[in-house]
Amino acid sequence: MTAMQATFRQRLTSADQGPLDYGRRLWLKGLFAIVILLLYAPVVTLIAFSFNTDRRNVVWRGFTLDNYVKAWENSALIEAFTNSLVIAAIATVTSTIIGSMVALLLWRFRFPGKPAYEGFMALPIVIPEICMGVALLAFFARLGWWSSVAALPWPLNLSTIIIAHVAFCFPFVAIVVRARMVGFNRELEEASKDLGASEWQTFWSVIYPFMQPGVVAGALLAFTLSLDDFVITFFTSGPETVTFPVKVYSLVRRGVSPEINAISTALIVITVIATILAMKLQTPERQAGA
Amino acid sequence: MESWRKNPAVFWILASPGTFWLIAFFLLPLALIWLMSFGEKTSITAYEVTGTLSNYLRSFSPVYLQILWKSIWISAVATVICLVIAYPIAFGIVFAPARWKPLLLLLVILPFWINLLIRTYALIAVFRTRGYLNFTLEWLWSGAKWLLTPIGLGGFFNERFVPYEMLYNNGAVIAGLVYVFVPFMVLPLYATIDRLDRSYLEASLDLGASQSTTFFRVTVPMTMPGIISGIILVFIPCLGSFLTPDLLGGTNATMIGNIIERQFKAANDWPFGAALSFLLMYATFGALALRALFAKRSRGVDI
Repeated sequence: MTAMQATFRQRLTSADQGPLDYGRRLWLKGLFAIVILLLYAPVVTLIAFSFNTDRRNVVWRGFTLDNYVKAWENSALIEAFTNSLVIAAIATVTSTIIGSMVALLLWRFRFPGKPAYEGFMALPIVIPEICMGVALLAFFARLGWWSSVAALPWPLNLSTIIIAHVAFCFPFVAIVVRARMVGFNRELEEASKDLGASEWQTFWSVIYPFMQPGVVAGALLAFTLSLDDFVITFFTSGPETVTFPVKVYSLVRRGVSPEINAISTALIVITVIATILAMKLQTPERQAGA
Repeated sequence: MESWRKNPAVFWILASPGTFWLIAFFLLPLALIWLMSFGEKTSITAYEVTGTLSNYLRSFSPVYLQILWKSIWISAVATVICLVIAYPIAFGIVFAPARWKPLLLLLVILPFWINLLIRTYALIAVFRTRGYLNFTLEWLWSGAKWLLTPIGLGGFFNERFVPYEMLYNNGAVIAGLVYVFVPFMVLPLYATIDRLDRSYLEASLDLGASQSTTFFRVTVPMTMPGIISGIILVFIPCLGSFLTPDLLGGTNATMIGNIIERQFKAANDWPFGAALSFLLMYATFGALALRALFAKRSRGVDI
């Protein structure tokens, strides 16, 4: 029997399943289901047990919202959460502006040493977080930043963390915005300038409207990155300031408790919403086409 | 694209903030600990740059060499497991019906956006002695006893169930790293498998090769760039991980990241910690250079 006949017979025996229809293979579907289950089960149980009445959080005893109330009344936890949100908000605005400027720079200009400059911009993304964390720790200590900053009113006493977050967030924003700008028709910019618009007018009325989804997506990315960061925050927070992940870290080291589950659930909800929004914005063509 | 000379004012306005920020709050701090790594601790809080190499020599003394080696093999094992899990997942997504693809991809990536600390905490609740996994095992244990007693085999399960100590060992750290970094492996694999020209697979199958031969001799070699990207994307953060070994490994599974943290916090030996951080950086640069090399080579033979 020739190979062709063999293939033909194979086609006949599984009429609805071609040899490349891997998507319909049962074992592949099963494996996919198992991996997704393993990926989500710990997080889903964490969320479910935030509504548990059992203090030791081992078995399910009944539904309650007490853990949320307790977490809300825990002033240290709420202070840490507020700090995290404020840091994330300021770091997001700053890194979105800086990152968008870098993206525009790389999109618009040719200049000597550009590949090296791009590599330099990607460095904070690729080097291990812990290296960046300890470097900033040593740097701020050297400048005596903490001792001078501790006296400043809130939220200026969070400045070390904000500075560190901006440093690792804006390269991500630059990447997202630049990816968006690839689809921009440069002739529009030329037309605007030919018609007498200034750089500033061209930017706001021609370039920015196109760039905006990328900017918003970049901002949401920066927001989740900042809100989620533990390692760099751990090294750059002074002795007095506590952010949410740092607070949770100290609680987790002492054991498992339903309040941590409750406040973790709140954070998961915030980041998941931000992420899904960002992903929607990054694929505007698909929405327009639909 | 225009030359920067055409519009230097705009060029400098756009370039300054980012460049300033990265130099002041990234490059300078790194330069500082680079210098510090050649220094000596003079008192509890002070150090002096003396140009000594003693910190690097100390990093390669047997105690620390063992930890460096352990970090490398733990990361390597976690990376391999990630690859084995992620490849079929990426493959499945690529060959899924088109309207399902974005959703499936989102399902795999979404956990990556959940706070690392929270995911690690969730794993502690699964693995601890009074955790869900031990509870399931105990339930299975009593179930087996109940089933086997009528046929006289219940004797095997007469002892009380002793919960397993699953936390604070290398296995827990590897499981944690795999759990945390699997999405990093899926993305590059998905990107390359998606670009794969399916007519090569059809040709291979039509010419009589089996599915497994086609997979190992056509699919895998053609998706090698994605495999290498994925390996590096997972291996680097594993090697530098600090939180996972700290919370899941305890004192039994210390990795480089934990030693660095200890030098900068509890032990207060900053020059030594700085030297270790730079060893980690050099390893990272080495891995990135390797990837660039592979990327260049594969581009050379691209069809």
